[in-house]
Amino acid sequence: MIYREAGQFKTSYAADQQMLPIPMDRWFVIAVVVFAAVVVPLIGSQYWLESILIPVLILSIAALGLNILTGYAGQLSLGTGGFMAAGAYMSYKVATNMPDFMPVWVPVLIGGLFAAGIGIVFGLPSLRIKGFYLAVATLAAQFFLIWLFQAVPWFVNDSLSGVPSTPPMAILGYKVTGAEAQPEPKYLFVLAFTIVLAIVARNMARSRIGRSWMAIRDMDIAAELIGIQPLWTKLSAFAISSFYCGVAGALWSFCYINSVEPTAFSINRSFQILFMVIIGGLGSVLGSFLGAAFIFLLPIFLNNVPAWFGLELATDIVTHIEFMVFGGAIIFFLIVEPHGLARLWQIAKEKLRLWPFPH
Amino acid sequence: MNTTAQMASGQDPTTGAQERKDRIGDVLLRVENITLRFGGVKAINGVSFDIRKGEVRSIIGPNGAGKSSMLNCINGFYQPQEGSIWYNGKTYSPMRPHDAATNGIARTFQNIALFKGMSTLDNIMTGRILKQKASLIEQAFYFGRGKSEEIEHREFVEDIIDFLEIQAIRKTPVGRLPYGLQKRVELGRALAAEPTLLLLDEPMAGMNLEEKEDMSRFIIDVNEHFGTTIALIEHDMGVVMDLSDRLVVLDYGSLLADGTPEEVRGNQAVIDAYLGVAHD
Repeated sequence: MIYREAGQFKTSYAADQQMLPIPMDRWFVIAVVVFAAVVVPLIGSQYWLESILIPVLILSIAALGLNILTGYAGQLSLGTGGFMAAGAYMSYKVATNMPDFMPVWVPVLIGGLFAAGIGIVFGLPSLRIKGFYLAVATLAAQFFLIWLFQAVPWFVNDSLSGVPSTPPMAILGYKVTGAEAQPEPKYLFVLAFTIVLAIVARNMARSRIGRSWMAIRDMDIAAELIGIQPLWTKLSAFAISSFYCGVAGALWSFCYINSVEPTAFSINRSFQILFMVIIGGLGSVLGSFLGAAFIFLLPIFLNNVPAWFGLELATDIVTHIEFMVFGGAIIFFLIVEPHGLARLWQIAKEKLRLWPFPH
Repeated sequence: MNTTAQMASGQDPTTGAQERKDRIGDVLLRVENITLRFGGVKAINGVSFDIRKGEVRSIIGPNGAGKSSMLNCINGFYQPQEGSIWYNGKTYSPMRPHDAATNGIARTFQNIALFKGMSTLDNIMTGRILKQKASLIEQAFYFGRGKSEEIEHREFVEDIIDFLEIQAIRKTPVGRLPYGLQKRVELGRALAAEPTLLLLDEPMAGMNLEEKEDMSRFIIDVNEHFGTTIALIEHDMGVVMDLSDRLVVLDYGSLLADGTPEEVRGNQAVIDAYLGVAHD
């Protein structure tokens, strides 16, 4: 490592409890955020911004949401896609019916809150059932919600196609949603949500609510006897997790695919985000980002690598390789490192700190 | 105040040494005719006893006597089918876990029940959860009470860490700690709630002599310096006889004896239960 933790003394608990207690880490993260907010929009091409960075950031938000529920609170969910759809459809409904002076982030947040409400309802079974059985209950949420949004035309303002385009909305004259919006403002809009939601997730993880979630996850009986109420704790995890998923779903519709459609939030999406959380690292904010980037970028990488070496692989073979790599990675992480890429990164840091000595 | 009169007229404090007598106050908790059944099995059969403020009250008995079940009834994890629990002048039938926690009953477990994925510090911080009042927004953005409470409770938790001499493992995930230290962290978590009544379920099981001595020292310190009332389940008779003010002996779910260590040691029924009886 280029810096060491030895000799960095803290003299107050406030200093020790900062989000990133080591100054170098702090400066590094600030530099990354500034780079992402200032340099990337200047140098990034339309392809990079619209087809890679925006979807990765949005999926990171959804992965953060599922990580709160599964990684921190220990409640397995397969309903992520359904909760994302709830956010997307409700924010579409609000965006198309609200007065013009309302800022553009309002429908996104209302979509998130609606998803949170739905999450609470489908979180109720978690008070009685655990593990696989709960996963099946949330699977019901997935199928029911997608069916609901297709069956009730109210959500899409009775659109004939059922797949309406998202309306253009602007901040300070820059369009940030819809098909006509430029990639830079869109990207910055998504980035702002990502940064705030990541900071909030990190803060909750180190506060009372995060400790309650982890206590319920690790030993629910002891947690209850300490005075943690399982009802409130589990439902708050469902609500906040679904809020994140709802915001991600709204952004996915408004800033990425530019339309509201049920196929974007199918069961495949739920699994994709679950894999992101498993591979990235359960119970880690960093892991949500690493997992989202890994899962989303791997297919793009696999599509391009053979061409660099002059190999012409058929598309179907590439797709099959993709499945095999994902399958292998998921089995590897579940068996070898359940804490995922985030933990591997931590181990790498610890080893490098001692390098070249073994211990 | 019928209840207080009833409680004050209870059994005389049959404490041991004179200097400890002054410390021990009124009845803090009384279980009355508790019966707990699991299907056809009676785990506890009409047991009554009381615990006075400031004393170390041990519950002993052979395996399966119903000791842990009794603690589980006291802090509301099991709900007995019959009987009631008096605590601080109020009756609970049954006691609920949340009632117990808010009333200052904390406990440790026979099989360690720590939060394995969390650090020692976070584990002990969970003991302060009922004392933290910050709203969700304050926690999410780490300002106001969200921040000040974290620091304030951290200071309290650091005092416990100093007291239990576990400074070096503050940030280690508890899953990686050796058994003896895990027991100590669990005691720390219970102490963080500033309990009035501390239930210790075999705090010294599986420990070597030095660890037992350390743990005994912590128990005595908690009792004498913080004035915490302690209900202790332990199998090491040396420890029990030295630490306790009074003992309850259970056997097959029934009360066998109740009294000072001297009285219990001389009780023929207790000797028979522990050593066995010759059947002619």
